Amino acid sequence: MLTLTHFLTLGAVLFCLSVAGIFINRKNVIVLLMCIELMLLAVNMNFIAFSHFNGDVAGQVFVFFILTVAAAEAAIGLAILVVLFRNRSSINVEDLDAMKG
Amino acid sequence: MTELSSVLPEATLAGLACLVLVIEVFRAPANRAATFWAAAMSVIIVLSEIAMRFPKGTTLAFNGTFRLDIMSAVLKAFVMVIVLLSFFYARDYFERRGRVVQEYYILALFATLGMMVLISAHSLLTVYLGLELLSLSMYAMVAMDRDSATASEAAMKYFVLGALASGMLLYGMSMLYGVAGTLDLGQLSAQVGSGNSHILYTFGLVFVLIGLAFKLGVVPFHMWVPDVYQGAPTPVTLFISSAPKLAAFAMAIRLLTDGLAGLAGEWRDMLMLLSVASMAIGNLVAIAQTNIKRMLAYSTVSHMGFLLLGLLAASPEGYAAAMFYAITYAVMSMGAFGAIVLLSNATSESDRLADFAGLGRRSPWIALMMLILVFSLAGVPPFAGFWAKWFVLKEVVAAQHTWLAAVAVLFSLVGAYYYLRVIKIMYFDEPDAGAVPITAGDDVRLVFSVNGVSVLLLGLLPGLLMSVCMAAMKSYAG
Repeated sequence: MLTLTHFLTLGAVLFCLSVAGIFINRKNVIVLLMCIELMLLAVNMNFIAFSHFNGDVAGQVFVFFILTVAAAEAAIGLAILVVLFRNRSSINVEDLDAMKG
Repeated sequence: MTELSSVLPEATLAGLACLVLVIEVFRAPANRAATFWAAAMSVIIVLSEIAMRFPKGTTLAFNGTFRLDIMSAVLKAFVMVIVLLSFFYARDYFERRGRVVQEYYILALFATLGMMVLISAHSLLTVYLGLELLSLSMYAMVAMDRDSATASEAAMKYFVLGALASGMLLYGMSMLYGVAGTLDLGQLSAQVGSGNSHILYTFGLVFVLIGLAFKLGVVPFHMWVPDVYQGAPTPVTLFISSAPKLAAFAMAIRLLTDGLAGLAGEWRDMLMLLSVASMAIGNLVAIAQTNIKRMLAYSTVSHMGFLLLGLLAASPEGYAAAMFYAITYAVMSMGAFGAIVLLSNATSESDRLADFAGLGRRSPWIALMMLILVFSLAGVPPFAGFWAKWFVLKEVVAAQHTWLAAVAVLFSLVGAYYYLRVIKIMYFDEPDAGAVPITAGDDVRLVFSVNGVSVLLLGLLPGLLMSVCMAAMKSYAG
């Protein structure tokens, strides 16, 4: 029988994976965008689990809003990525070092 | 019907922003001013709506997700005024630099809508939606200058770190929702107050606070601030550094005092840490900067640390002092970046400290206004920045944190060094041999003067704004 703890653990594992991905990844900006999506999905997992086990539907409504915002966020992120690639001819995270200090 | 009338300014702005978008698409190519005037008129219309429907008490609308009170009306009115002035700065800059980017006005209008929703938010859902509308518009604004390599790099850093912060905030919200079983901040507050599951609430609070710290730009979550301020076109930096700070302040008030007042003991200690670290790092690193936008970015970090001091006093007077600080900071910051806009020309952003050399001789009036703004940022009496610091310090001492006040004063003294260096460069250094004459238009010079004089007036009559802030926070507490 699956309990709330199982879902929360899954959510926490996904969340940690995505945060680790953002900080460890030094190669590719697209992987960063994937990690951000994963992070939002981890949160969705939490919301749906709580919503189901608390018997309150508001959490599921929140998930719909998060999904919508995530779509807009991905659109803007990819647009910035295209601009970046046109200016730099590179999407390597280590090349983003023009400004320091 | 009363529900709808309480969101009338937001609804109007949403409609007008779409209208401005259509005007921009269908205007005659030569008629470049159309979008600017349409956007400016939209802001004026919304401002007059806010003024005409100024609330006398607190109203909740849409099942408690939206809160209209004096604080929200005051903050929204200031946001509107600041956004309107920033349009004038932006128009001047784009015309002079020969890159007319009309998207600025449209994105700024949508960002303003996000700020208004955030300021009035009274549910975790509205906090999130307002914040995202604001953030997404700002990511796009930073990347607006398509051919600039630094702007796109800044936009990417801002986007990734901002999205990370939103994710943290959401994770915290999901925890709070799971424990309390509600998204409504009022009910959440009642649940937290009942004293059960204290440790789980604190777990959620940590994530929410990380998200909040990212958005305010306080140490150790400040990495995006210097890069974005330096890389973005100056009017975008001006926009990001002014009005959204008011929204971020409102967000802190809504989440921490409206929703999580029962955890005040926990978040007070966390804010203390963030605040001291911000004042230390912000002021010390700013000294080493040669780019004035980057220097002002680190100064923002230190100012946000100071603002947190007012919040952690955790009394209505403390919140009022923080509100006073947020408003004066937004006005001062707009003026300081406005000066950089005025100096920019077709070939250069004029964002090096050396570009200010000899400004006292090149343009005595602009130099005088900049002098007022810089003195105010440094906290020299009788300017507004002094009173902002004074009110906050008074509340910190009243809350029995005398050592914090001492640390704050110490780092303000350190900060005075790099502010005074700007004044030394303006008045005592020789102008660059290749310095181009200042070609700013009359309207933007007038706006800049209004900006500088208002900082002086706020400093001479601080009681006026302070009584407004007190009224806002009294209505909030009761």
